[in-house]
Amino acid sequence: MAYNFKEVMNRPDRLASGHRMCAGCGAPIAVRAVLKAIKPEDHAVICSATCCLEVSTCMYPYTSWKDSFIHSAFENAGATICGVEAAHRSLAAQGKAPQNYKFLAFGGDGGTYDIGFQSLSGAMERNQDMVYVCYDNGAYMNTGIQRSSATPKYADTTTSATGKASAGKQQNRKDLTEIIAAHHVPYAAQTTFIGNLKDLYEKAEKAIYTPGAAFLNVMAPCPRGWRYETEDIMEICKMAVETCYWPLYEVENDVWKINYEPKNKRPIEDFLKTQGRFKHLFKKGNEELIAEIQRDVDARWELLLKKAK
Amino acid sequence: MAINERLSGNEAVSFAIKQINPDVVAAYPITPSTEIPQFISQYIANGEMTTVYVPVESEHSSMSACIGSEAAGARSMTATSSCGLAYMFEMLYIAASNRLPITMAVVNRALSGPININNDHSDSMGARDAGWLQIYAENAQEAYDNFIQCVRIGEHKDVKLPVMACQDGFITSHAVERLELIETDKVKAFVGEYKPEKYLLNPDEILAVGPYDTPQYYMEHKKAQTEAMKNARKAIKEIAKEFEAMTGRKYDMLEEYRMDDAEYAVIIIGSSAGAGKEAVDELRNAGVKAGLIKVRVFRPFPDEELVAALKKVKGVAIMDKTDSFSAAGGPLGAEVKAAIYGKVDGITAANYIYGLGGRDVRVEHIKQVFEEIAELVKTGKAPETYKYLAIRE
Repeated sequence: MAYNFKEVMNRPDRLASGHRMCAGCGAPIAVRAVLKAIKPEDHAVICSATCCLEVSTCMYPYTSWKDSFIHSAFENAGATICGVEAAHRSLAAQGKAPQNYKFLAFGGDGGTYDIGFQSLSGAMERNQDMVYVCYDNGAYMNTGIQRSSATPKYADTTTSATGKASAGKQQNRKDLTEIIAAHHVPYAAQTTFIGNLKDLYEKAEKAIYTPGAAFLNVMAPCPRGWRYETEDIMEICKMAVETCYWPLYEVENDVWKINYEPKNKRPIEDFLKTQGRFKHLFKKGNEELIAEIQRDVDARWELLLKKAK
Repeated sequence: MAINERLSGNEAVSFAIKQINPDVVAAYPITPSTEIPQFISQYIANGEMTTVYVPVESEHSSMSACIGSEAAGARSMTATSSCGLAYMFEMLYIAASNRLPITMAVVNRALSGPININNDHSDSMGARDAGWLQIYAENAQEAYDNFIQCVRIGEHKDVKLPVMACQDGFITSHAVERLELIETDKVKAFVGEYKPEKYLLNPDEILAVGPYDTPQYYMEHKKAQTEAMKNARKAIKEIAKEFEAMTGRKYDMLEEYRMDDAEYAVIIIGSSAGAGKEAVDELRNAGVKAGLIKVRVFRPFPDEELVAALKKVKGVAIMDKTDSFSAAGGPLGAEVKAAIYGKVDGITAANYIYGLGGRDVRVEHIKQVFEEIAELVKTGKAPETYKYLAIRE
């Protein structure tokens, strides 16, 4: 069925308001939009890694989750939700649980790209019927903006500091969506908040209703770590896509598809200049650093175009 | 009719798991517990079990998956040894604090390093404060009997805690012994169906597991956990009584061997109790009033039972198959001394570290220990704080 923005947004939220996430944070936008794609009549169990999302939505004795929810630790959301899914397979076969349950895990990039990478890889390889959603804000935001393997090159973080002797993170950003695609799971996709959230919703729906393991990588800006005004989040996401810094694509049964190709690819400055974490790059003498980022973005985009051809 | 069989400890525990047919098993291979997931995989392949098996990529994930599945309402089990248990460390605490009665077969093996695949108790003793019950077996029969009881104990409504069913690596896990198995229908009836009060997959009541806990509540949750551990003592005894009624085999917190009039005793855990009992018999034949206390349940700690057992004893040797590197002895030594402090008058208590990394423990070693404590009692000399047994100097 074609995406109907009004109909989708009118569905009851499965994440209640009143949680403690910051204004202008991408994580709850990602969670609410993904959960909208679960059919209202279906049950779900949600898992979260230890992260901003977890400590802000499930503080004893309150919960913002309208579905059953489990948090166990930082590095194991993949394995934890797989345990729940295994329990469901067992109990449903014995007639002790309804069939229509969906299993979703959320984690930030720290809990997904880094410390939770092994647990996630295992879950993907076993192809258990679950969806792992990474809300990628490109650093360890919960502990105070430390660099992760998802932090882009030259970003300023508290453990890739900028100063006279350093221009921020010196290493490349890991390409996790491609790594998960290399697990040959039925569905892996990358998205962010664009327009009326059609791309995010459709990918979430596919991920949830494709049998087997599915992975969604949602770029979810963080106003504290990226240093932007809360109302700028949608513009930042748009620039990430228009510059091809964060291409929208999906890999379905090993077929790569780019969901949006900008007619006129914007220069990377249009993305970088929206955020305080890249401010130092615009100082005189750092032109080459921006040129280097541009070359990297171009090279990765070209590779992606080849994979999708 | 009970079934007479010849099985190793690993085979016996795997057979118990097959008979129980839990909802979920998540496990990862590590010597010497590897055979357990292997047997389960084969039983499932043969159509003899309907358990959902999750072949995880690490022990950290086996415990994480068990936490997820047990919280979801499924009776869940795993097996591990040594570094595998150490790798689960963080998750052990989470399983216990979430009050999830997972049953784990622990096949005790020395922790690295140096790397060593043989038996001692450094792995489970390292996890002694994780909030799990710990029940140790002397032989394959006990490994089998304990495992079946552990499921009931952990799931008991006043307990709801995870349980480690421990046996000694290779010595018990791989040596084939004659043992008596219980008919499957009786095992199934004994453990019963798992009916959790609250679980994730209940469509009629949503549940949140593992919330962030603030200083306003954290301590009350820990208190509830310690109360559950206290309650476990009663549950262990009740379930042992039921088990005895079914099999004739008697279990308790401790096993006391020739302790009635004993003047000298060793306190020991696991397979070495076999050599210990032999030493006691030989000494008794020579007119020495020797006895042995085997600690079956280490968590909860059998403090009252130990005090009662040691009331008339003049000298006791507390045998630790691990070193806690406190420079003041092993964990069993420390806890026994704390338990009897001010409650047992005039006793001489010596602490020995023995059998590390698979070092052989012979009858003559235990006899040497008895001689040493008798000498201490006779001379009135204070024992060394602790000492290593049968060590090359």
